[in-house]
Amino acid sequence: MSERLRVKKTYKLYVGGKFPRSESGRSYPVTTPDGTELANAALASRKDVRDAVAAARKAQGPWAAQNAYLRGQILYRAAEMLEGRSGQFAAELAEAAGAEARETLGTVEEAIDRLVHYAGWTDKVASVLGGANPVSGPYFNHSKPEPLGVVGVVAPQDDPLVGLVEALAPAIATGNAVVVVASGTRPLPALSFGEVLATSDLPGGVVNVLSGKVAELAPWLASHADLNGLDLCGVEDADLAAELEAEAAGTLKVVRRPGGSGGPLDLLRQWIEYKTVWHPAGMAAGVGGGY
Amino acid sequence: MFEYAPAPESHRPDIREHYGLFIDGEFVDAENGATFKSINPANEQVLFSVAEAGEADVAAAVGAARRAHRTVWGPMSGTERGKYLFRIARLLQERSREFAVAESIDNGKPIKETRDFDVPTAAQHFFYHAGWADKLEYAGLGPGPRPLGVVGQVIPWNFPLLMLAWKIAPALACGNTAVLKPAETTPLTALMFAELCAEAGLPPGVVNILPGAGATGAALVESPVDKVAFTGSTAVGRRIAKAVAGSRKRVTLELGGKAANIVYDDAPLDQAVEGIVNGIFFNQGHVCCAGSRLLVQESVAEEVLAKLKDRVSTLRVGDPLDKNTDVGAVNSAEQLERIRELTEAGGAEGAEPWQPACELPETGYWFRPTVFTGVQQSMRVAREEIFGPVLSVLTFRTPDEAIKKANNTPYGLSAGVWTDKGSQILWTAERLRAGVVWANTFNRFDAASPFGGVKESGYGREGGRQGLEAYLDV
Repeated sequence: MSERLRVKKTYKLYVGGKFPRSESGRSYPVTTPDGTELANAALASRKDVRDAVAAARKAQGPWAAQNAYLRGQILYRAAEMLEGRSGQFAAELAEAAGAEARETLGTVEEAIDRLVHYAGWTDKVASVLGGANPVSGPYFNHSKPEPLGVVGVVAPQDDPLVGLVEALAPAIATGNAVVVVASGTRPLPALSFGEVLATSDLPGGVVNVLSGKVAELAPWLASHADLNGLDLCGVEDADLAAELEAEAAGTLKVVRRPGGSGGPLDLLRQWIEYKTVWHPAGMAAGVGGGY
Repeated sequence: MFEYAPAPESHRPDIREHYGLFIDGEFVDAENGATFKSINPANEQVLFSVAEAGEADVAAAVGAARRAHRTVWGPMSGTERGKYLFRIARLLQERSREFAVAESIDNGKPIKETRDFDVPTAAQHFFYHAGWADKLEYAGLGPGPRPLGVVGQVIPWNFPLLMLAWKIAPALACGNTAVLKPAETTPLTALMFAELCAEAGLPPGVVNILPGAGATGAALVESPVDKVAFTGSTAVGRRIAKAVAGSRKRVTLELGGKAANIVYDDAPLDQAVEGIVNGIFFNQGHVCCAGSRLLVQESVAEEVLAKLKDRVSTLRVGDPLDKNTDVGAVNSAEQLERIRELTEAGGAEGAEPWQPACELPETGYWFRPTVFTGVQQSMRVAREEIFGPVLSVLTFRTPDEAIKKANNTPYGLSAGVWTDKGSQILWTAERLRAGVVWANTFNRFDAASPFGGVKESGYGREGGRQGLEAYLDV
């Protein structure tokens, strides 16, 4: 009896909850460090960036409007899905790094635990960061963190799963939607992670994953007028990072520079801005300054 | 109409004929000898001349600030730093009348506002942040927050002393030293503040004041500071964000706005009209968070407009030092020209301008309060920040339409909502893309309340616990 032929997976983009190929029709070979071909990944284009940003924008408002408990459960669900597929991810990470799967299982477990951690943040971040402000007048005054909106992420190049989760989870936990450019040389775990999110009840478009060349895709993110934040944590070329930051200045995006570190609360704070609401508290409250 | 006798402020501050740059605790002239003049916009008379800082002076000031940070201010305990700031707050309170008059003369804003708002709020800002200096580890930003080092700060002309306070108080409380550039047209109270720092015994170099124009600001942004904080136009904010790209400099920006002030049909209309007037005519409309777009529900639009015109007709425009004055002088000829140009564009695009019949002084820069009706969202008066006493009135039918129109702007600094229904306030506030939302009030500010925008109104907060983040490495 002949040996069964293995069914190989086609790695596609994850945009708007669907798994399209690049509209450009392009793909590129993904290999192990020693050059063994693993798969062909879609080589995303400018148009894919635009489609992904449009999908993220559409999804962001409803996502932020969901209650925090539900967002937390969805992130936790993603952890459950990842746990269930930890063997697959360990194998993909091992192939990407030229290692053994037993060596990379711990990395997958770390990614799962990070997801669980951020799942628990969704319904606490507003009370930790926001609160009532003791203004010197008869006013109720309250500040709370709100998502910036849509964030573009250049994911870490050599940490294709934990680095990805660490970049995505704080942004979506606080109600943002993201467009992530996966590691250029090791995109497969990120593309598979899209499948995890797709089966976690995360609304389509909240996370969009593109594979391709950072130097080609990141400038379109940096200049896109409908993006509110730009995470350059995965940009290794300092000159490119400076150019992207300068480009992002055109629409005053909030930028996270490469090499930025910090604890979970710093990452959560990165993609929020505060809204402060005032209301008179007195029965005959005045309304105007000097009038 | 009922006429008031003039009641001009009689107590005049001692304004020197010439001011230097304040570097390392001393007033010095610019290395290249450059000077410029500050005029009183209410009568176009020269008030004083002042040194204009160039690149060499910026380098000297940043060097002094660096030294002060390393040797004195950085090592000092939070308690001691706080005591200096409390002292500054007290001195500002003591000299409040003098600062109020000086601010009014240099800026053109009514004495009523500088006396009751600008100066007391600035003093509060120092008092509030003084108390933070020894409590930073309790600010919820991390266990060991550290100062950034030397901060470069550039402020606008609309609230000269208050913007200085918003910048310097948190910077110093967090252990940084500061180099601040006041606006070209309004350096007076910043220079008086420099004198006050010396009076308070603040160590030399902790606060440095560099009068100048755009070139001075650009030099400061390019200098080896650790952080840039800017309040001003979105165009300059973009240039600053670009200039610091690729560096390690932190940046916070508080930029322009085109705030919507939404009036629902169930709002208490008389109060709403007061809020609309305060929203756009406070400080001659030279307010980044001014309620410059009135969105009024169609069913009450006529009634609101009639009441609004009645109310605006009673505003007194004129001598800023007259305690009865509601609307003072426009800050500069340049700003007056911009207001005129945009107002003319409004008329040319088909909006209907209305102005009360008030007399304007013969000299100085003045602009009548103006209300545009029949405004479409595509018109320049509905899209661009006018930064003057010009209100654009649009209407809406449903709450959803109000939100869509309110958010239809690249800006996101502030917004207002007027309604008697609590749930409608919360529903509306939730959906407005703005950093500050005033419900059944407008233009309220407090040291304990974070202020700042979203989208192209910039990033970072000033005031409150959240505002400390801009000056700390956590």
